[in-house]
Amino acid sequence: MNIQDSFHPEQEIAKEAPCLQRSLLEGRSITNILLTGIAWLAAIIASVPLISVLYGLIVKGGHRLSLEVFTELPPAGFEEGGGFGNAIVGTLVTVGFGAVISIPIGFLAAIFLAELEPDGKVAYVARFCAKTLTGLPSILAGVFAYAVVVLATGTYSAPAAGVALALLMLPTVVLTAEGAMRMVPSKMKAAAYGIGCTRSQVIWKIVLPTALPGVLTGVMLAIARAAGETAPLLFTALFSNYWFVENGTAHVMEPIASLSVLIYNFAGMPYENQIELAWTASLVLVMMVLLFNILARVLGRKKV
Amino acid sequence: MNAFEQTVAGEQISGPPSQTDYLLDRSFRGLATVCAWLILIVVGLILWKIGAKAVPAISEYQLGFLTGTTWDVNKQVYGILPEIWGTLYSSILALIIGGFFGITMAIFLTQDFLPPRIALVFRTIIELLAAIPSVVYGLWGIYVVIPFVRPIADWLNAEFGWIPFFSTTLSGPGMLPAALVLSIMILPTIAAVSQDALRMVPYRIKEAAYGLGANRWEVILKVMLSTASTGIFGSLVLGFGRALGETMALAMLIGNSNQLSLSLFSPGNTLAALLALNFPEAGQHEIPVLMYAALVLLLITFVVNMAGTAIMTMTSKQLKAGR
Repeated sequence: MNIQDSFHPEQEIAKEAPCLQRSLLEGRSITNILLTGIAWLAAIIASVPLISVLYGLIVKGGHRLSLEVFTELPPAGFEEGGGFGNAIVGTLVTVGFGAVISIPIGFLAAIFLAELEPDGKVAYVARFCAKTLTGLPSILAGVFAYAVVVLATGTYSAPAAGVALALLMLPTVVLTAEGAMRMVPSKMKAAAYGIGCTRSQVIWKIVLPTALPGVLTGVMLAIARAAGETAPLLFTALFSNYWFVENGTAHVMEPIASLSVLIYNFAGMPYENQIELAWTASLVLVMMVLLFNILARVLGRKKV
Repeated sequence: MNAFEQTVAGEQISGPPSQTDYLLDRSFRGLATVCAWLILIVVGLILWKIGAKAVPAISEYQLGFLTGTTWDVNKQVYGILPEIWGTLYSSILALIIGGFFGITMAIFLTQDFLPPRIALVFRTIIELLAAIPSVVYGLWGIYVVIPFVRPIADWLNAEFGWIPFFSTTLSGPGMLPAALVLSIMILPTIAAVSQDALRMVPYRIKEAAYGLGANRWEVILKVMLSTASTGIFGSLVLGFGRALGETMALAMLIGNSNQLSLSLFSPGNTLAALLALNFPEAGQHEIPVLMYAALVLLLITFVVNMAGTAIMTMTSKQLKAGR
């Protein structure tokens, strides 16, 4: 059939060509421009707090930054000088305990969720529980560790803090590791099964090496989060004005210092020296957290 | 044994898994299964441990605990209504502020407003906001936010004191600085989850709307937001959950005063801050009471977070099915 027969342009199209130009004075155009302006404004306002925090950290925290703060113990009330060397060690020790507890469990649980029974009921419930745990208020992790470890051992200690932090690290480790393992192409696994590998061999020799960058990203993010936590340490680690290792013995079952609790304690003090140290400690803490975040990102960049 | 069998046995390169391989395989899989169960057990254990420690207080104070307004250790009278009010009030305020900025940020970053490089700058800003520890926000709140907000608050109180929200002066710590800092802390959660929700909207829906002649904000408001609405709602619920449980910044900024007030400038208290402040020095009798308060906080946050997680799971399924 000839198309031209049924097509009469002079009848179909209106006499005047429709206006395809958009007028900027039209109501909807004005709304459009206005809303774009608001979005820009909102984005800029949302960036102000970060700039202000970083400015505060660098200006107020920067000028006390010296070798002294890393090697000295926290000053008492009216004392001048001092540092928070023991708190840096304490943060590393408590996070270390948290990592030692949460990483193996999280890692093995992720293997179960991603490889062994990804669609089973247990996996479904475990995944849901892990997601719910990401929203667990950090203070409640502290309450739990207090009820389970502090009351049982009768003392505030680094392992008690480690249990609290592990609880907060676990969901991050599990969920990111599971995600990374699921990205491993099934062809690779099928090939390994084809040459007669057992499931464990497939997991250890194929899945893990391929998914390792992703797994490590999760671990780094979990460590970064744990290093900045304060609430779970308040009544599990408490605080200490002394070094973790003194005279060659490690005080494992004793209260331990941490940067975040030091900031909290010093922030409320009426002494200028302590407040300055709180800012400096914040700067050091933020640098530590950012370092782990950057590590997480660098590791995560190597895509599977 | 003939020569052939000898060579095969000597230079064996393949064979069925040995007894040891089987054993290792079984035990490794068993271990992984145990660890997956551990996640379930841990959640149960949290509820059980905190619940068990709270039992003496629950039987003593019962539900009157939730509606009492005094907290007096000496008289052993405990009530957490002001804390429940403070928790909800500060979280809702933070949700309004953080929700507006978070969703706007998500739109801004996903709807092609920016060249990729500038978008990366804003994305990094949001990620950095999330990375800063809450105790640092608390310190910043005390020495930067409160001095900044105070003159504004006092002016509002002087001029508009008859409005209940402005009925007191800001004498230092209070609800407004706490809610402001809280909103900054939940902004990254809301922005990140909303971005995912907006990205999941199929591209052709957006193209169709542009094809009909809609301009950018018409597409965003009428097509993108309504299609992604469940996901965005989920982001708000998750952000709300974060706000409810946030401890340090609030403990440092809210003033820790046991009062019920609608005023934005009066000091208040939250459940999490109550725990943080009273736990370290709690006596034998106070601990079960604090455990009761912890249980209340735990139940509130679990319900909110489970709702948020369920909404997110639902949306991703819906959108996957719609594709």
